[in-house]
Amino acid sequence: MPVEVDLILVTEGLTKDFAGFTAVGGVDLQVRRGTIHALIGPNGAGKTTCFNLLTKFLSPSSGRIVYNGRDITAMQPADVARLGLVRSFQISAVFPHMTVLENVRIALQRLKRGSSFDFWRSKSVLDEYNDRALSLIDDVGLSDYALANAVELPYGRKRALEIATTLALEPDMLLLDEPTAGMGHEDIARIADLIKRVAKNRTVLMVEHNLSVVADLSDTITVLTRGRVLAEGDYATVSNNPEVREAYMGVGHA
Amino acid sequence: MDTTTSPVMTGAAAPSMVRRNGETIGFVIMVAALIVAPFFVYPLFLMQAMCFALFACAFNLLIGYGGLLSFGHALYFGWASYLAAHAAKVWGLTPELAILTGTATAAVFGLAAGSLAIRRQGIYFAMITLALAQMMYFVALRMKFTGGEDGIQAVPRGHLFGVIDLTNDMTMYVVVLVIFLAGFMLIYRIIHSPFGEVLKAIRENEPRAVSLGYKTERYKLIAFMLSATLAGVAGSTKAITMQIASLTDVNWPMSGEVVLMTLVGGLGTIFGPVVGAFVILFMQFKLSVVGEWVLVIQGVIFVTCVLLFRRGIVGEIAALFKR
Ligand SMILES: Nc1ncnc2c1ncn2[C@@H]1O[C@H](COP(=O)(O)OP(=O)(O)O)[C@@H](O)[C@H]1O
Ligand SMILES: [Mg+2]
Repeated sequence: MPVEVDLILVTEGLTKDFAGFTAVGGVDLQVRRGTIHALIGPNGAGKTTCFNLLTKFLSPSSGRIVYNGRDITAMQPADVARLGLVRSFQISAVFPHMTVLENVRIALQRLKRGSSFDFWRSKSVLDEYNDRALSLIDDVGLSDYALANAVELPYGRKRALEIATTLALEPDMLLLDEPTAGMGHEDIARIADLIKRVAKNRTVLMVEHNLSVVADLSDTITVLTRGRVLAEGDYATVSNNPEVREAYMGVGHA
Repeated sequence: MDTTTSPVMTGAAAPSMVRRNGETIGFVIMVAALIVAPFFVYPLFLMQAMCFALFACAFNLLIGYGGLLSFGHALYFGWASYLAAHAAKVWGLTPELAILTGTATAAVFGLAAGSLAIRRQGIYFAMITLALAQMMYFVALRMKFTGGEDGIQAVPRGHLFGVIDLTNDMTMYVVVLVIFLAGFMLIYRIIHSPFGEVLKAIRENEPRAVSLGYKTERYKLIAFMLSATLAGVAGSTKAITMQIASLTDVNWPMSGEVVLMTLVGGLGTIFGPVVGAFVILFMQFKLSVVGEWVLVIQGVIFVTCVLLFRRGIVGEIAALFKR
């Protein structure tokens, strides 16, 4: 008898062709609720494309996506976000000429007010979200920057802001695309620690190149090459897989 | 909130307060100037300038705050002026109802054109808005009620609410001033509303706004409609004030002129389009003796602005104060 597992996200035969080139080919993904699941693989393996498919920024050529028991394959990206499946982007996604506070508040505004179109009201009604926004900003260590424009933040802080903004939506599941890319040691440690903390009562699926971060954080790892799943399991299993060692770990990461 | 207990919020108030103080001062100066101006300058010139200023403000709402470049805003301005003129002259409606008729027309066209254009980005968006506007220009040229090349002339100003005779320029001036200020304040409110915040976020990073669960196309469509509607208020008011609706107001150079006014004054600034409209109209007025050369001079100003003063007149002044 198989043990009953609580899966939050399941894909079946997820495929994306770009003009004859298969970027993602028949990927079956199973993400257990409450875990940190890493998606790794060399550049061009199709990880970002996978994220785009899961969050409906791209439509799959074939295959199915089930989130929380619900088929979301045909949904709009904004609706997927409203179901609590929220992504970040590989290239940091902040609102550059808005302050850190405003960045987080825009997410709170969506959560609390939905998509209201009240153009006749003063935006001072948004001030009631300031306290919550500031506490989220504090959580990711950005208190000192609350009033700086996002564009002025150092790179690592931008990623932290992104996470704070995402968390403002109280998502059930976070998709993080290379959260530590381009960061120095200190920032990496801080972000890894942050991910560990925010994953306490939610599910995280992340693309990550830094293998020590992957080893440290993930419960499950899926290795992708050329759009296909090469291996899956915990860190020990995956890192001992000879195919994985050859295809991925042999290159660059000793 | 008690600022003494929250150092962060004390700081938060500072930069936005500087901005708000600047805007309040600017607004007071603008209102004062517009109140005394008709005693020194032709009221007719001022009224026309206010209509164009409102038109430019409406355009600026879309490009400056929504990041959407419409290259066909003459469609809403011009068609609103036709319908307002027709309503006043042929249907005999009172001026406020005529203006409402023109405005409603612009809103409907804005909804239709916006629905088609909003799915496209950048230059494609601009091209679709231009194409639709040109199409509607030809419709205006061919239709009977517009009077073709002659336009609709001798539009009666009528009696406001059926009571106040608008024949006198000073009376008309007060009406135009009130309409202009109401439109200006509405635009200010839209920009500083919860809706305006989302619009800003979409302009800054649309995919991110989508990923936060915002249906960005609806926000853009509503912004487009609001802009078209306000352009319609401007066009209708101009038709009643100047007592004429013509092809000039619906043709593509008019769409270009409003871009020019906004750029010269300062894109994405509250007062920029107002200043730009007055500067450009004043120039056309003063330079009318040189005939066609006014277009060349306008072209030079346009290029100079784009190359040297990207922020426009108001934008450059605001930047000086920030330093
Ligand atoms: N919009 C697109 N059009 C065509 N090809 C694409 C597109 N997006 C990604 N690809 C291709 O799909 C492959 C996978 O890309 P991506 O998912 O970004 O890889 P990863 O994130 O794993 O580095 C690459 O070869 C890339 O060139
Ligand atoms: Mg990628």
